[in-house]
Amino acid sequence: MPGLAPQVENYSVVIAIGDVAIRLSTSDEKFLHILHNRYAGFVSSDTRAEFEFEVDLLPPEFNDLDMDLSVTRRAGEWVLDRGDFRAQWDPTTRRGSIRQTANPYSIDAVLRIVHTLVLAKQGGFLLHSASAIRNGKAFLFAGVSGAGKTTISRLAPPDATLLTDEISYVRKCGNDYVAFGTPFTGELAKLGENCSAPVAALYLLAQGPQNRIEPVAPANAGRELLANMLFFAEDEELVRWAFDAACDFVERVPVQRLTFMPNTRVWEMIG
Amino acid sequence: MNKKLYVARSPRIAARKLGEEMLVMSAQGSTLFTLNPTATILWQAADGVTALDEIVERRICPEFAVQPEEAKRDAQSLAEELAKHGILLVSEEPIANPSPAFQEQR
Repeated sequence: MPGLAPQVENYSVVIAIGDVAIRLSTSDEKFLHILHNRYAGFVSSDTRAEFEFEVDLLPPEFNDLDMDLSVTRRAGEWVLDRGDFRAQWDPTTRRGSIRQTANPYSIDAVLRIVHTLVLAKQGGFLLHSASAIRNGKAFLFAGVSGAGKTTISRLAPPDATLLTDEISYVRKCGNDYVAFGTPFTGELAKLGENCSAPVAALYLLAQGPQNRIEPVAPANAGRELLANMLFFAEDEELVRWAFDAACDFVERVPVQRLTFMPNTRVWEMIG
Repeated sequence: MNKKLYVARSPRIAARKLGEEMLVMSAQGSTLFTLNPTATILWQAADGVTALDEIVERRICPEFAVQPEEAKRDAQSLAEELAKHGILLVSEEPIANPSPAFQEQR
């Protein structure tokens, strides 16, 4: 009976990271504001999106923080499960759904995973690394927690544009690799700039008594790159794509060990 | 070695030679292996139809100047070890649908 069904407002926001636009729709206006705040700088004014997710908000007791992340493919659809969210995504229809409580952290995890899946097929990847643009070129600084990603980001000179202090977004464009800014933050809790540049070098970070740059043998570079790539799914096709992407990257982009002291002079060697 | 053994590269792995080292990744468990020079030669020659003895005689012995009998024993152990990790298939019969000749990707 028309007129008797309750009207549910639907709000949406398009978040474009690495030129991949994802629309998130919700019936909760407050959550929409959370999204706008969390992804400020990455909210697209263009309403078109490559992928769409309906976000269904659940009560706080939904969270089961002991549950590990699982990313699996079932009948062509990706299922992303963690204690604080459950998401489904069909890459063919480009639509999906997310069930979570009203917090920005769960959606952040879902977006990271979806971007790794999208990028993998295109020969790109997300990397545990800081990145910055200087003189029109992007530089990646990879390392595990404590290696110096936040420190090198803090030391960046004014003419360097910080893309991220935590998770770099790398896409293959023709024969080149391009790094994009991301809103995925680390200790700096500062969103990267939403811009991009061709990757000129990947530095594997180490802190030491002097600043120096040393070459890294290709196989070591490949191993360390793979160790720092974000990878969630136990899926044979994805493993192959990730492996091929890592090998291809180290064959095209210089990978070097950057040992540095925590002072700004390290940036004299970069750019 | 009494029986002939045949070895083939597993279709469930991804591999690439970077510099002088062969990296092999098991697509099933996302485990990364680095093959030593002998394992690299064995892996590259493992086409499913060439017997392991023949690979040893033609490819490994000339490269490393080792006695054939000793090299064959070592190669069999190595092949079995690689098979345990899912990198190689080992059979007493030629292996159907053998892997094409390995080519370095560029």
